[in-house]
Amino acid sequence: MRKLFILAILLCAGTCVYASQPRMPRFQFENFTTANGLPDNHVFAVLVDGDRIWAGTENGLALYEKHVWKTFNTQDGLAHRAVISLALDPRSGDLWAGTMGGLSRVSAGRIESFTQLNSGLSNDVVYGVSIEGENVWIATAAGGCRLNTRTGHWSLYNERNTPMAEIWTYAVSATATKVYYGVWGSGVLEFDQKTQRWDKYDDPDGENEIVLFKDQGLIHEIVTSVSYVDGILWAATYFGDSRYDGRYWHNFLTKDSGLPSNFTNSVKGVDATRAWFCTDKGLAYYDGVNWAVYRPSLIDGKPEMTVRDASGNVSSVAVHSAPAHNYILGIDLQGSDIWVATAKGLSHGIHQP
Amino acid sequence: MSLRTQAAIGSCTALLLAGLFWTDMGRAPRVFANENRSEDYASPRELLLSPDGSRVYVLCEKSDEVRVLDAVTSSVIKVVAVGHVPRGFTLSAPGDRLFVANSWDDTVTVIGTKTLEVMATWPVGAEPTSVVADRVGKRIFVANRISNDVAVLDANTGAEERRLQAGRGSSYLTLAPNGAQIFATHVYPNPSSLRTGMENRTAPESEITVIDTARATVVERIPLHRIAGTFHVAFSADGRLGVAAGLHPKNLVPLAHVEHGWAFADTLTLFGADIGVSGTLPIEIPLDELEHYASRPFGVAIAPDKSRIYVSDAGSEMVTVVDIPKLMNFVRTHKGPYVQDLSASASYVVASIPVGQNPRGITLSRDGRRLFIANRLDDTISVIDTHLNGVVSTIRMDGPKSITPLRHGEQTFFTSRYSFQGQFGCANCHIDSTFDGLAWDLEPDGFGRDVVDNRLIEDIRGTEPYKWNGGNPNIPTECGVRTEKYFWRSQNYDDLTLADLTLYIRSIPLRPNRSREAYHALTEAQERGRVLFNRDRDNFGKLIPEGNRCSYCHSGLKGTSQKSFDVGTRKSNDNQGLLDTPQLTNIALTAPYLHDGSARTLEEIWTIYNPDDKHGRTNDLTKDQLNDLIEYLRTR
Repeated sequence: MRKLFILAILLCAGTCVYASQPRMPRFQFENFTTANGLPDNHVFAVLVDGDRIWAGTENGLALYEKHVWKTFNTQDGLAHRAVISLALDPRSGDLWAGTMGGLSRVSAGRIESFTQLNSGLSNDVVYGVSIEGENVWIATAAGGCRLNTRTGHWSLYNERNTPMAEIWTYAVSATATKVYYGVWGSGVLEFDQKTQRWDKYDDPDGENEIVLFKDQGLIHEIVTSVSYVDGILWAATYFGDSRYDGRYWHNFLTKDSGLPSNFTNSVKGVDATRAWFCTDKGLAYYDGVNWAVYRPSLIDGKPEMTVRDASGNVSSVAVHSAPAHNYILGIDLQGSDIWVATAKGLSHGIHQP
Repeated sequence: MSLRTQAAIGSCTALLLAGLFWTDMGRAPRVFANENRSEDYASPRELLLSPDGSRVYVLCEKSDEVRVLDAVTSSVIKVVAVGHVPRGFTLSAPGDRLFVANSWDDTVTVIGTKTLEVMATWPVGAEPTSVVADRVGKRIFVANRISNDVAVLDANTGAEERRLQAGRGSSYLTLAPNGAQIFATHVYPNPSSLRTGMENRTAPESEITVIDTARATVVERIPLHRIAGTFHVAFSADGRLGVAAGLHPKNLVPLAHVEHGWAFADTLTLFGADIGVSGTLPIEIPLDELEHYASRPFGVAIAPDKSRIYVSDAGSEMVTVVDIPKLMNFVRTHKGPYVQDLSASASYVVASIPVGQNPRGITLSRDGRRLFIANRLDDTISVIDTHLNGVVSTIRMDGPKSITPLRHGEQTFFTSRYSFQGQFGCANCHIDSTFDGLAWDLEPDGFGRDVVDNRLIEDIRGTEPYKWNGGNPNIPTECGVRTEKYFWRSQNYDDLTLADLTLYIRSIPLRPNRSREAYHALTEAQERGRVLFNRDRDNFGKLIPEGNRCSYCHSGLKGTSQKSFDVGTRKSNDNQGLLDTPQLTNIALTAPYLHDGSARTLEEIWTIYNPDDKHGRTNDLTKDQLNDLIEYLRTR
């Protein structure tokens, strides 16, 4: 009788834990590698283009259309085989691909490449690209650039005309109102489209690895990714992540959030409250309160999903699949589905109702 | 002989010539007479018929007008003034509005066809050359030649929605019969994205850009291998056969081969469901026949019953008639490629009908019985009876009856009759009096020797000598002896014709520079570039030798000292390194660059081909400074 009572208590407790677990999105992951047509398993970037998926890999630009992969490479006019950033012009449908050897525009199959030798591009290593109206904003290893596609005019942004302490720009997110650059070692640069002025956001702790002033500024100077959506800036660094609403900063660290790692390769804001974080220890989703992490287990490689609620309670969710690898480099959304770029393949997360 | 005397004799000669060519001139009533405007030619370029067939709209390139004619009587209903150098127009689907692309104004004029009044003028991109309207009255699409794109505009407000990347020199648009797609062609070859170091020795590549009308996005690019210069497209009524008129240059072999198989193939490219499923390569078929070339095919129309293709041959002053069943049988029973086969066209070309000078736009009556052709350089419209395959009447535009020396020079520039077997003319390489974007192997000094980039001939006065080696001191030498010897390999111009041709070439105006706004100061970047262009000290404060400054060789208003220099760009296949200093006028439009076209962009002149600072001291420049310098050059 006593055993039965204890079992009932345990069952009840388990049910209560499950019942209080926040409902976070679940996915069935379908993974793509070279075995099923991807040109390389090292996938730096992924972009959803309606029913089509673009993947920037270490060995070419891949297009997934009607269940078939097609690869574009240097012989097709691509600037370099390693494609590290992608952006879609929503008006023309043109794809812009940042590579290790220049910037390529893919327009209905025709590829036009811009390099530091044949154009005004400041440097051939193009870490980030973002489209704003008729402008293409570019983050390179030697500063930022803007190409006006209507006039062909190039504008360069570097230490000579912006408050950029380092010129290694790692990411860019451009909108009609603000443009943000993530700079490797120089915080976040903000360009106000209305005033045409630059501003700069730094880590109040300087370049210290210790966080002395949490939530008082950017979490770290080494910024790897920026995403500006609904008036909110999401910034990823190798030492944690930040959210900035124009007035207040909020920082995320593993010790006080659901981030699986502070080492974040990229961030994608969904809206003002939700964002996806691509870390070296898995993919994290933040819904404004709760966190979910998707990855192959760091211990045994088995599929794993964990949920962290607002109180910091962490629970597991039984899953049968996970992203291809826990080193996550990029993500894009296809309705309720997600596409995830990892160091060992591309993953399609099919949303489970 | 004075120029005036030459001009007078030229006029008389031209009048005689005109009398020979016009079989039915002078019937149209003169309603716009102004004898004082002695050179006010209309220059009809394109034609449209109203949906009910009662009117002919004539787009007049030189008089900046749309002339509205009664289709039965040919009388002028009204003349509507439009923008400068109109080159393309279209009717809205219900026919209530006429949209006109004004290529030098960068505008579209909207004309109400009930009132025949201008309703609006909308700004568009650089050098709009063609316009089409969708079937639902939502959008118009405008091909911009200089900005190499197609602008998508709201059909009611003119507000620009977006720009779509098209081919280089985007120029002609055609709506498919079902209205679902628009097909865009371009007149200059697309630049190569591949950096091989031999771009100037690879065949040109062009495309037909396919735009989804409803989504206003580019959905396909039909490749046109070895073609440089594509003009109008036409479709069969069932939409299954598309035809594009184009030029297939043989710029990689010495022009000596004019005698052995011609410098240009004048071709039609066939595409669409009749040719193969989407993705199937199009078929290029030649229109030329030995001693009977169809030089510079421009306008195309297909009979409603899909029996015939009609092509205006702008350089040969004729309309070529292709029998479609015979053509389809030919391509089914013969293995391609066909372009090199001068005997091919005999299998499907069934008639060549002489028309007026420089025939351009063509249009068929709805029943296919009458074909109208705009003869741009003799101000006439030929009307062909398609059953008789002959001109039955010629409508004369109002304008000067005399042919001025300038006009005769222009006719000479655009005709192909002077070259060996009438194969090609000046306008083959200088499309619409500009250039062609190609590097040519001109002289018979061996394959690939002394390859030369084609230069712009706008505002060419005061830039002599000519030729990259500076060998020709003036235009009569350049266009007379040299052209006759190396290009035409045929009859010489008579003195008067050469004088008139020279007069025309010297008169070719400079197109407005789109990088520099009129009456406005340079932008900050352009001004910084100007200072760099004129600098005498480098970034380290060291004095730059006079001969190593940009402004020394590229001096004067047109950016040429008219002297030759060795700027270190000689290649192993060049006969010499001393090169004429090219003018800088509209330099931004004329890629590729350097004497052999080896630099694809202005940047490459200095980033790749100036390692020793022989082409100006530039290796000290930062990337920002080089960009500024180029921004300034774009304003020249």
